[in-house]
Amino acid sequence: MTDAKENVERIVAEADALYHDLDFGAVKRFKEAHPEAKVIGCLPTYSPKEIIHAAGMLPVHLRGAGDQVEIIRGDAYFQSYICQLPRGIIELALSGRLASFDGFVFPAICDVIRNLSGIWQLLFPEKLARYLDIPQNFDAAVGGRFYARELRSILDDLERLSGAKVSDDDLRRSIAAYNHNRTSIEALMSLRAERPWLVPADEAYLVLRAGDTLLVEDHTRMVDEYVAAVLELDRPKRDHSRVVMSGAFCEQPPLGLIRTFERAGCYIVWDDMTISSRFIVGDVATEGDPLAALASAFVERAVESASVYACKRQKGSELCRTVRRSRAEGVIFAAPSFCDPALLDQPMLQAALDKEQIPWTAFKYAENLGQFQVIREQAGTFSDSIRLWGQ
Amino acid sequence: MTTVEKEPSMVKQKEMIAEHFDRLAAAGEHGKKVVYTFVPGNLTELLLSFDVLPVYPEINALQSAMRKRAGDFISEAERVGHSEDVCTYVKCDIGMKRKGNIGPTGQPLPKPDLLLLSYTGCFTFLKWFELLREEYDCPVVLLHTPYQAEGKVTGSMRDYMVEQLKSQVIPALEQLTGKPYDEDRLRTLLALSARAEDDMVHVLESAKHRPSPIDAYFGGVYYIGPMFTAFRGTEGAVDYYQTLRAEVDARVRAGEGPITPEGPMGPEKYRLVVEGPPNWTNFREFWQMFSDEGAVVVASTYTKVGGVYDFGFRHDPRDPLGTLADYCMGCYTNRSLPQRVSMLESYVKDYQADGVLVNSVKSCNSFSAGQLVMLREVEQRTGIAGGFIETDLVDARYFSAANVKNRIESYLQMIEQKRGKGPGATPAGAKEATP
Repeated sequence: MTDAKENVERIVAEADALYHDLDFGAVKRFKEAHPEAKVIGCLPTYSPKEIIHAAGMLPVHLRGAGDQVEIIRGDAYFQSYICQLPRGIIELALSGRLASFDGFVFPAICDVIRNLSGIWQLLFPEKLARYLDIPQNFDAAVGGRFYARELRSILDDLERLSGAKVSDDDLRRSIAAYNHNRTSIEALMSLRAERPWLVPADEAYLVLRAGDTLLVEDHTRMVDEYVAAVLELDRPKRDHSRVVMSGAFCEQPPLGLIRTFERAGCYIVWDDMTISSRFIVGDVATEGDPLAALASAFVERAVESASVYACKRQKGSELCRTVRRSRAEGVIFAAPSFCDPALLDQPMLQAALDKEQIPWTAFKYAENLGQFQVIREQAGTFSDSIRLWGQ
Repeated sequence: MTTVEKEPSMVKQKEMIAEHFDRLAAAGEHGKKVVYTFVPGNLTELLLSFDVLPVYPEINALQSAMRKRAGDFISEAERVGHSEDVCTYVKCDIGMKRKGNIGPTGQPLPKPDLLLLSYTGCFTFLKWFELLREEYDCPVVLLHTPYQAEGKVTGSMRDYMVEQLKSQVIPALEQLTGKPYDEDRLRTLLALSARAEDDMVHVLESAKHRPSPIDAYFGGVYYIGPMFTAFRGTEGAVDYYQTLRAEVDARVRAGEGPITPEGPMGPEKYRLVVEGPPNWTNFREFWQMFSDEGAVVVASTYTKVGGVYDFGFRHDPRDPLGTLADYCMGCYTNRSLPQRVSMLESYVKDYQADGVLVNSVKSCNSFSAGQLVMLREVEQRTGIAGGFIETDLVDARYFSAANVKNRIESYLQMIEQKRGKGPGATPAGAKEATP
């Protein structure tokens, strides 16, 4: 028990240090250890990190400046009515914190991230700035083929950057490494759903966020060790309600807000804050054409997300399934202010929940939010109402 | 308020629009199928080749705003759970539907039989039609237009577009109408489009004259109307642009400036390029803030949102599906920021502008995110002063008239100081520009 407790504390401390290090010391250490290797920053939400990893590079997920960096220069680059994340990203770049990065991938999730790719082209023309046009057409023969060509094109850029060719076997090894990572993360997510008192939301979040910076193999080890260690702990089960948290797939809530939800009496049994590492459901094939495998996995098995067009599915049906699967009693919509995808999704998701009589409440936040009291009261009231009047 | 002065082409356009809404109101009676779609990347010729009637929700929204009805619609959408943060076009449309779907002309709008989601240059379009699908419970066919992130259209992008048209969009229209795809008819319509496009570009480029015979932003939104909506590919659009061209040519010959709602504009003092959509709730007031100061907009990017024609593109009947793909991918907001900067730079130089003004609208991140960086870049490349104002498309709560007016006046004073000459003076070295 003592060893397990120490292990958990050690792992969480390591993850916490990575989370708070916006000077990206881990990236610098990686480059010192691998002087020839490149580092690629990936903007939210989903990038196929397998191809970056296969090119011998370190993919690092960038999620803004959080509540730690004062935005001094970033505000001068954006209009009033826009989310906080791009201001934070620009601040990190202009303050030199991203100097050790060699390139950036901007996935097609909204107009802000899309245009940020253009801002990068204008401000930092010496860096690779690659827009990833994720298909919104989910026919494998149409959107899938286009996406495979898009992946090939990005891989060509990475090969030019590194000066080395990437073989199909390199790609398959990387796909296998990320498959392993997803399996480990799913084990952690299942444990949260089963016994959330063992896995506090802030700990799980930090451990998953460590995957933003660590090599995937190291992150998988961390997740496995954490799950093994917490299973040995005897943490008290509290009289909390079980909630799913939705809408935070891009700009992240501050850690204090995540803690606030649990302190207010809500066990977060599922969330989309780190959905990027779970964007593909199941394994990607490690046989055949690896780029085609990545493409078909995306068009056939991407999760429901506000950034992905819901072509066939009834909007919200997946959220309702998630609620049932995780035995949640309600949903907290926590979306960043001015986040078009999340906020435009909400009425449809809420209607789907209403049909199934699943209670919900909604908040907005910014990554640099500093006051949680009002939200704590609202979340507490929500939790109480579930426990007192829930079915 | 004085009576709005209308040019003959404006009267003609008003009649065209009224007839279109009459047809929409009678669609059910006449068994016509109705397809809702968006202005950027619209496939009007293809729709007309199937004899379906197009509806453009963002046009309804802006028309509602100009008629001061958008506020009620937006309130209704917010009442049913839509965030105050999101696109007001969407909320205006949802609110209009929930309040009976009475269109801007006061006639009922038909429900869509199909939503043609031309996802071109705006992510919100995806969410908008997801929402409308829930509202109307009708099928959607998607056309995903790849973004020109690298500043060019690649073979892969074009193939993807044509494949979607062939395998999904056209079959959906065939199923809807029971008619087979008629490529010859589509070619005929595309040829008509190209003729009208020639005349429209002539009109837009007339602003290279001094004085400019047109206002290419406030007036420009009328000039692009038929081209960007239900009339591209029709004889009516060809006639309209011939009429408009003749009017504008006559003003050039007479050395006259633009006609504004308040009448002919006074002496041209400032030539501006404007980036971003206009505010629609206070459109006339907004225009007057410029015209009262002698400021004419000689080029604007908003008038390229439904197609960029002034750099050579024309719909090409020889390659019907390929040309539709090229058109969609070329729309302004589907272009990268460096491309947009280059366009602004060329407008400043080609139209001998004194300044570039950004109207950053709250609702539209596709336009607005990055505009300050673009502005700085244009300033550096051209040496002219940039200005920045913030309003919204159709939500009057975000149009602060006094603030906007102050900013415009301050900006024009800055231009004055920068060129160091009195109002109305031609900048040193400027020559009579010709298109």
